[in-house]
Order: sequence, then structure tokens, then C-alpha cells
Amino acid sequence: MELLGHLADGFATSLSPMNLMIVIIGVTAGLFIGAMPGLGSVNGVAIVLPLTFIVPPSSAIILLAAIYYGAMYGGAISSILLGIPGASTAVATTFDGRPMAQQGKAGLALIAAATASFVGGTISVILFTLFAAPLADVALAFGPPEEFALVLLAFTTFVGLGGDDVLKTIIMICLGLVLSTVGLDLISGQPRLIFFDQPGFYSGISFLVLAIGIYGVGEILYTIETSKSAPTVTPAKLTFKELKYGIKEMNRLWKTMSFGSIMGFFVGMLPAAGATPAALMAYGLAKLTSKTSATFGKGNIEGVAAPETANNAASTGSLLPMLTLGIPGSPTTALLLGGMVMWGLVPGPMLFIEQPDFVWGLISSLYTANLAAVLVNLALIPVFVWALRMPFTVLCSIVLILCLVGGYAPSQKLHDVWLIVGFGAIGYLLRKADYPMAPLVLALVLGPLMEKSFRQTLISEQGNVLAFVERPLSATFIILSAIFFVLPLLNLLRRRMRTKTTAGNPAE
Amino acid sequence: MLLADRMIAVGLMALSAYFMWHAYALPIGWNGMTGGPGGGAFPFWLSAIMFACAGGILLRSFRGSLDDTSKFFDTETLGSVVAVVVALVITVAIMPWLGAYVALPLFLFWYLKIFGKHGWVVTFCLTLGTPVFLFFFFEVTLKILLPKGLTQPLFVPLYAIFF
Repeated sequence: MELLGHLADGFATSLSPMNLMIVIIGVTAGLFIGAMPGLGSVNGVAIVLPLTFIVPPSSAIILLAAIYYGAMYGGAISSILLGIPGASTAVATTFDGRPMAQQGKAGLALIAAATASFVGGTISVILFTLFAAPLADVALAFGPPEEFALVLLAFTTFVGLGGDDVLKTIIMICLGLVLSTVGLDLISGQPRLIFFDQPGFYSGISFLVLAIGIYGVGEILYTIETSKSAPTVTPAKLTFKELKYGIKEMNRLWKTMSFGSIMGFFVGMLPAAGATPAALMAYGLAKLTSKTSATFGKGNIEGVAAPETANNAASTGSLLPMLTLGIPGSPTTALLLGGMVMWGLVPGPMLFIEQPDFVWGLISSLYTANLAAVLVNLALIPVFVWALRMPFTVLCSIVLILCLVGGYAPSQKLHDVWLIVGFGAIGYLLRKADYPMAPLVLALVLGPLMEKSFRQTLISEQGNVLAFVERPLSATFIILSAIFFVLPLLNLLRRRMRTKTTAGNPAE
Repeated sequence: MLLADRMIAVGLMALSAYFMWHAYALPIGWNGMTGGPGGGAFPFWLSAIMFACAGGILLRSFRGSLDDTSKFFDTETLGSVVAVVVALVITVAIMPWLGAYVALPLFLFWYLKIFGKHGWVVTFCLTLGTPVFLFFFFEVTLKILLPKGLTQPLFVPLYAIFF
């Protein structure tokens, strides 16, 4: 009952006219960003973050969360109408969404995607509400050793579950952590890593500079290289008759959708996983359990519903560890976390005690954002069909200008703008060589916390390294990290053994 | 692809060596007095791990199959990417000198008219509309002043109106 009281208080905040307007603006912007091929939630949040100085901090976070939400809905639009995922999170939606559009059922596919996103969003927000306060309570017992162990766990999930090249993943984590130490030493205050004696490095490298560089400039460069010809937009019409039919169709898919939502939510909580694998897993699972699995990939409505529920649920899931533990569950939430720190709101269990208005306002705004997103999505479908015809160069030029000005605005140093261009070019090259970007951004955001908690623990324990495994919670996290770390090694060994036995057999 | 992979690995090794050299200015070892590592330890040892991993990638590339002939860059579109990067660098370089309100429209004009081959209407709307939007959003609303350079005197009458 206490929970409902908190939630009611939250709604009092989020239903204020200003916050309601912010949510609607946010989801609309998010829908557009998500629908544009090449731009996803993380790009949108990185580019828009400097512009949110215009509203108070708590509303700015609500705005960014709404953009995150809207982008998850929007990704499906270009998956269906263009056949190119609007964001990587919507890859699985193309499998059945595109064939449906080619069969003239684009409208139905869009309705299915929107409804499924709504169901996924709603189920996951309810799960979020239930889990947030208990998890924050547990996290209250965390001291520096637990904090360090938890950050370590977050990084090792990338090694164990990320699916990218292990060496490349480790390099990116280390690079992010090293970049986070630029500036002044946390404890002695000595300047360190001041490259070329540039005074700009004394204040460190802002997460925003790295994010705008990689997800703004770098992403645009990548898209310029990979998009040669303009894709064709499939026309989509939407009538009330179709809407009614679509919702009736969706009514049969409750099992798929609730499965997708719950799985998406929990997969989304893991820093290394997130919305893209969640959507792919939900698609696979739906195909396995469906009665009509033969028509998957040929325009089955269930194949649109499953990934769309999962990716929306995963985006909510990734907010949970960010808000309660201060460990982001995805690159986008890492940016939200960085933004909150910038505004003086430190995520973590204390936030639930010190700023309950803000926390519950944000949680309740997820409910309103979800509802707003489905309504705006369905209402604006004709506008999206038109907007997707916008030439790509127009979009690119605007995004690049926003990157330059947005990078300058927070600290008003040209030094940061130079870094953005540099990170953009380097990020583009590294991304082409299959270096994962998410661990880099997460490491830069979590680096200061990791170093601080590590050194605090050792100072208070007089240099006793065993302090990390002497407390039960931190020991559990450390053991889990060790398992994640060894996982790829075990896989490699198993593969070696198998190739050896298959190579040995014919000789016998 | 193989060559690019190797070059990036070597680049990362050089970068981590550079980081290590910088971090070495601070104590990188165990500080017995206060307990715990010194100020340079965190960046130093993480760079060392980075160096080792990049070295691992380099070694692995020599052991692997050599029949990998896939191209790293798409030669058809690489020119566009380089052009955009050069344009960005020029834009940022002239920003402190000619001001953001000259540099950014110039970039937009180049991008839309010459690079994107758009019509005059689109080019002019965006080239002229963007600085006006930026001025009202950043300077008037947020009180964030963008660099002006030589154009500074032109803004004095505008400031007199809006502030």
C-alpha cells in the first residue's frame, strides 16, 4: 500500500501540465529519432542532452526518459516501412514487419508494433514499480567494497555475455576507465594524464563529449559510408476498421507478448545485454512456441509483436539498476546517469530517500510516456511516412550542427568540440573494426565510481585486498564476475576440444 | 581488413604506452602509508592490460588465415566520410576566429549545396534558419554565449534588444 501511495504522489508530479507536455514532446521527438534509420535512443539522448538545460533537472530527466521510450516505439516504423531497422533494437522487427508491409499490410504491422510496444512497456513498468523500492532497500547496505564489486560485475557481463570479441571488449573497458581518470587524482588532487599540457584536460573528459562524439558524429560518419542509395518507403494507410481488426488480432497474442515483456525486462537489466538481444531472443522464443511457426519470416503478426514487446520492456528494465543501484543497464541509461550526476541528482538507493518526489515522478512518468507514445505513434503514422522520405543529407547536417553546438554548450570550451570531432573519427574507425562501443561509454561513466570505491575500501582497510571478499554481498558479486570472466575461456576450451576430437576421429 | 585490424591494434598499443608514460608521473605502486594504490596506479595498470590485449590481437592476426581479402573501407563512399571529417575540422578551426554564426552556416551551405546537391530553397532555409534558432535557443533562452570572434561587434545591438 505504501507503494501505491508513492506512486500516487508521483502521478501528482508527472501529471502536472508542464511535465505532461514534456512527456508528449519527448515521446514525439523520440519517435522521430527512433524512426530515422541510423539514429536510435542512445544517439537521440546524446544529441538532445545539452538542449535539456532549458527545463529544470527533474523535468529534463523525464524528457530524456520519454525520448528513450519514444525511440523504442519509433524503431519499428522504419523496420516496417523501409525494411531497415531504425535502430539496432528493431532489427528483429524487420524479419516479419517488412514482409507484412510488402504484402500491403503495413498499416496492420504498424498497429501490431505499437500495441505490442504498449503492452511490453506497461508490463515492464509495473515490474519496475514492484522491484524498484525493494532493490533500493537492499542497495542501501552497500558500502565501497560492494560498489566496486558491482561495477566490476557490470563490466564482466560484457566479457561473458556481450558476444563481441573478448580482447576487444576488454580494451574498450580499459580505454573508458583510463579516459575517466584524466584530470585530477580523486584522493591526492594531483593532476594526471594532462595530454599535451592542454588546460582543458584538468576538468577531465565529460561523458557527454565522448557520447556526442561516438553516437553523434561517429554514427553519422558510419551511416554516410554504409548508405549509398535512398531506400524506398512503403506507403501505409491506417483506418479505424484496421485499428479494430489489429487490436482483435493482438488479443490472441497475450501469451507471446507477456513472455516477451517479462524476458525483455530481465535481459534489459544486464548491462551487456539490453534491447537488441532481448528482441532477438523473444523472436526466437515466439517462433519456437508458436502454432504458426512455419509462417515466421513471411509476415506473421506474432513475429512483429514478440520483439517489439521485448525491446520496450528491456528499455524499462535497463532503467532499474540505473535508478536503484547507480549502475546503468544500457548505454542510453549510462547517458541518463551521467546527465543526472551533472544535474546534482546522484542515482542510487539514497535517491529514493532524499528525492522521493523526483524518483516517483520519474517512475510514474513512464506510465504516461507509455500511453502518450502509443497514441502519438498511431496518430502520426502519416507524418512518419512523409518524414522518412526526408533526404538523408538534411538530417545529417542538422545532427552534426547539434553535435558541435551541443558539445560546446555545457562547459563552453572549444577544447570539448575538438574532442568530439576526434572521438567521432576514432569511434567510427574502431566501430568499423568491430570494437564494441557500449562498454567504452559505460566505463567512462562508471570509472570514477569504480576507482573511488576501490581506493576508499583499501584506505579504510589499511591496504587489505581481502576486504572485497570478506563481506558476503561483495564476495557474491566478485564470484559472479569471476564466472563471467572465465565463461569465454571455457567456451574456447570446449570448442578446441571438439575440433580436436572431430579432427582425431578420421585418423582412427 | 587484416591490415586495418593490425594497424588499429598497433595504434592502440602506442596509445596505451603513451597513457602509461603519463600515468608514471604519479605513484603507480602500493602506497604502504595510507593503504591502497597511488594516484597513477589505476590508469597505469589498466593501460597495461589494454597494451597486452592489443598485443594479443596483433599476435592473433599473424596466426590466423591469410585469405581474408575483405576490404575495411567501402572505397565508393570513403571519400564522402573523409570530406565530412575535413569539413568538420575546418568548421571548428574557424569558429574562434570568425565566430559560430559564420562557421556553422558555411558548413551547412557546403553540406547541403555542394555535398548533398540540394536545391537553393532547402539550402537557404536551413543555412539561414539554423543560426536564428541557435541564437534564440542558446543565447536568449539559456544565456549560453557561442564563440563570436570577429563578428562580436555585430551582436552588441542584438544583445541590447534581448537582454
